[in-house]
Amino acid sequence: MKFSHVLAVALLAVGLAACTKPKQTKPVEPPPAAAETGGATTSGTGTDTAGATTKLTAQQQALAAIKSRNIVYFDFDSSEIPSEYLNVVSANAGYLVKYPSARVRLEGHTDERGSREYNIGLGERRAQTVRKALMAQGVADAQIVTVSYGEERPAVAGHDEAAFAQNRRVEFAYP
Amino acid sequence: MLLVLQGIGRVAARLVAFGLGSLFVAQAGHAQLRLDITEGVRDAVPVAVVPFGGQAEGGPNDMAAVISGDLRLSGRFAPLDRQDMVARPTSGSEVRFQDWRLLKSDYLVIGRLTSAGGANAVAFELFNVQTGQSLLAESVQIVGQGQRAAAHRIADLVFERLTGIPGAFSTRIAYVSVDGTPPKQRHRLMVADADGYNPRTITESTEPIMSPTWSPDGQSLAYVSFETKTSAIYVQRLATGERRRVSARAGINGAPAFSPDGQRLAVTLSRDGNLDIYLLELTTQVLTRITTDEAIDTEAAWSPDGRSLYFTSDRAGNAQVYRVDLDGAKQAQRVTFTNGYNARPRVSPGGNELAMVTLDRGGYRIAVMDLKTRALRVLTGGRQDESPSFAPNGATLIYASESRGQGDLALVSSDGRYQERLRSDSGDVREPAWSPFPQR
Repeated sequence: MKFSHVLAVALLAVGLAACTKPKQTKPVEPPPAAAETGGATTSGTGTDTAGATTKLTAQQQALAAIKSRNIVYFDFDSSEIPSEYLNVVSANAGYLVKYPSARVRLEGHTDERGSREYNIGLGERRAQTVRKALMAQGVADAQIVTVSYGEERPAVAGHDEAAFAQNRRVEFAYP
Repeated sequence: MLLVLQGIGRVAARLVAFGLGSLFVAQAGHAQLRLDITEGVRDAVPVAVVPFGGQAEGGPNDMAAVISGDLRLSGRFAPLDRQDMVARPTSGSEVRFQDWRLLKSDYLVIGRLTSAGGANAVAFELFNVQTGQSLLAESVQIVGQGQRAAAHRIADLVFERLTGIPGAFSTRIAYVSVDGTPPKQRHRLMVADADGYNPRTITESTEPIMSPTWSPDGQSLAYVSFETKTSAIYVQRLATGERRRVSARAGINGAPAFSPDGQRLAVTLSRDGNLDIYLLELTTQVLTRITTDEAIDTEAAWSPDGRSLYFTSDRAGNAQVYRVDLDGAKQAQRVTFTNGYNARPRVSPGGNELAMVTLDRGGYRIAVMDLKTRALRVLTGGRQDESPSFAPNGATLIYASESRGQGDLALVSSDGRYQERLRSDSGDVREPAWSPFPQR
């Protein structure tokens, strides 16, 4: 496993010890202040007042915090969320409930085995499972869109079980 | 490029050592395909195709070489090596059949360029070497620079005269090529001649392109593109490049399949994650829902009479092939029972067989089912073989296969006795779709 020491400790802290699932993506550095200002400007909802900037910064910090936990991995031919990834769903649900104007795009993926259009169906089913789990925690339907890429956009190249495990996933994408 | 050519040289040397041949495609453009014959047929019929009169030997327009390549590609013929030919007859009066009997050729093809009345043509003749009988003598027009097209046409006629099956060498294949490493990949929809020559890009995108399928007249392709970050179905005319987005509904727009009359597309759409098959009238955009199950229903394929659809569904817990008749109650009937995974059906041109992907002893492989007896025969032995597509004469299937970590195309005769591989020299190639016969 290619865990960095720090990341491994962080994952242990949230109960992911002895996990055989793929590692999460590395934590994203909080964006620099300039980028935050840029975000506020392009979001179209903020003003140039100090108060608005502070508020958006808080949201962006919350977003940055969950970006290290924005992928759910699945077992072969399954669209059930494995228990060790329920906290990923909760963290993202927490953010979306707190910021009702936030939108998320759930991107469902499969490994390369089996036929391509059937895998589009399987990826969609995975995205829908996550969508329903978010809604069960209070996220509004209008905040969520789903897309399935099937096996067309693998996270990693490779044709072995290690690659397959990294590719069976739903990604939370925040536009 | 040099590395690729060196690689080819080694492969060629090995194949020749085993008494097999290989053809190479050296063309400018993306995702060139190179043909490696991996498994020959022992009883392939020996045939000699003599260099045609009035043509320089070698180069891409060497018509005798194109015809030899086509006949070899069918798996049913073993063309004689040119260096073994002791004579170069270009007309019937020049043929000494004794020469060709000694070389153990059963059949002989000769020809020469003609220009009667300013029109370029090629006259050819097919002989039975044992009897000296002329089996076929015809003249084929050469339109513009179309020497290769004329040669494919001759191969079609020779093949049909000797096997009783129309040749499919004048057809094309559409496929998807993908370059680059995830997540930065470039997707191209390509069309090439059936022997891998003349690859050209139909459309390209940084987002996935999938499921190309031919219109019955061979003039257009329907395909799925994610270029707007979500799936949509497009129909594109090849001659003009003009294209139309025919389905961009919320959710999934996938698995297009033209009806035999070209008026409708069977498509897969989703509502709340439930994939179902619909018929889309192309001129009116009227949608008719065909399946209503809660399961994944997708990958529709038409029967040649246009009255039934075969499709993949996991309504029984795993992927299996079902059939629904379009007139009547639209009650789906399960078709496959062997193996735990059967998907992506394609009906043979004659309507009597069904090709599919089956999970066979741990590998996803191409299988053909006899629709009358329900017997399933597995044709390939790969780990990840998928997307079978029948040649319009039903004699051969093209499919996608993975080897040495790369996606290739491969051919298998419908009896499974003959296999070969079309390797791409850059990136993965996948999802081949064999065109209909050209309209003449």
